[in-house]
Amino acid sequence: MKNTITLNVNGEGRSVDVDPNETLLEVLRERLGIKSPKIGCERGDCGSCTVLLDGRSVRSCLILAVEADGSDIVTIEGLSKDGPTELQQAFIENNSFQCGFCAPGVVLAATELLARNPSPTEDEVKEAISGNLCRCTGYDPIVKAVLEVGGKGGGGQNG
Amino acid sequence: MPIAHEFEYVKPETIEEAVGILDKHGSSAHVLAGGTDIVPGLRDGLITPGLVVDIKGIAGLAGIECEGDVLRVGALATFTDLVESELIRKSAPLLYEMAMTVASVGVRNRATIVGNICSAVPSCDSGPVLLVLDASVHVMGPSGKRVVPITEWFTGPKATALGSAAIVTSVSLPVPPKAHGAAYVKLGRYRGEDLAQASVAVLALPDNEYRVAFGAVAPTTVRAPGIEELLRGKVMDEALIGDAKRLVANETAPIADIRASREYREHMLPIMFERGLRAAVARLAGDGPAYGARLI
Repeated sequence: MKNTITLNVNGEGRSVDVDPNETLLEVLRERLGIKSPKIGCERGDCGSCTVLLDGRSVRSCLILAVEADGSDIVTIEGLSKDGPTELQQAFIENNSFQCGFCAPGVVLAATELLARNPSPTEDEVKEAISGNLCRCTGYDPIVKAVLEVGGKGGGGQNG
Repeated sequence: MPIAHEFEYVKPETIEEAVGILDKHGSSAHVLAGGTDIVPGLRDGLITPGLVVDIKGIAGLAGIECEGDVLRVGALATFTDLVESELIRKSAPLLYEMAMTVASVGVRNRATIVGNICSAVPSCDSGPVLLVLDASVHVMGPSGKRVVPITEWFTGPKATALGSAAIVTSVSLPVPPKAHGAAYVKLGRYRGEDLAQASVAVLALPDNEYRVAFGAVAPTTVRAPGIEELLRGKVMDEALIGDAKRLVANETAPIADIRASREYREHMLPIMFERGLRAAVARLAGDGPAYGARLI
């Protein structure tokens, strides 16, 4: 039986009919055309499907779309609506990503960290992104960029 | 890969309604909270429910609170809730130390400690910690409320004393005395997103009283009564630590699996136990490493 769910996706109300066995990741990508959350391991290990749900980073591959009814979803498309955030700019300047597959998840995980802890330690940064696997960079330029933004006491929002 | 199995979804608003639904649908209904075990289970075809019952809409199952000298962790409390709770940090920091080892932030934001003990894999992080904290599992079923001591909860790999058509509403534990020391040592292949290859929890209480439990080295997480008996009432010294380490092999029965060989587990267990014991004793004395520090 289809369930009609309402999501606030990147500031826009979206209504969609879903089957109970559709994941939030599938609905975002295939029904709503939001392609920044990636299909990776599909078991919560790699972090490439990360989205912010009510301000918290979550694995959209581990959530049924029906469960997310009424929630607030932020993806990279919403985060950088008005251009790159300060954090994203720091990632660019540090050449933090190569292939970019992990980037949406890393950006959102680090955004959540900075929103809750504006000046994290190196260990706290590593802990926050430990569930986001990057096979290109060895993580150093990623950690460095987050620490740079943290050092300024800034968050992950625009401006 | 999409979930091929088809099922219906329902989100009741009261515990009575939820239990009624479970009672009506029998074993074809499956309870859903954080979903971090259930969704992969659905995808892999390990569980094939006709109906998924989401309990996140039930008021009263959330939260962590202290009533007198009892700490109650609701069925919807996530590992992130445990990490961020001032109450936990102050009264039972072992739960914080354990929660910090569970998967990664993105999983901890959804996964619940109650779901962890309901999945009941032998490597579950919550098991050893709740065992040394003498926790109780609060269950609501068709015939009313039940309280199951955590020592009687785990009945086998992925098997519990839950019973049919029942829901765990919370776990509770007596608040440990203000002066106590504890440690959770988890061995994994890497930090962030791995199940335990082996784990040990140690609780050191005043008057040389100790509790010890192991994970991932027996069909269920287990208390170690032989070690507790040896340590009881004795002043800690190097000889006693050596004697206790030699008992670890009697209290555990590790197997080889995809995550580690039996020999590796047997080699690491006494080392992990010693580090956990030393950390717990030092924390009791007030000069141990901060909770959450890397012990292995």
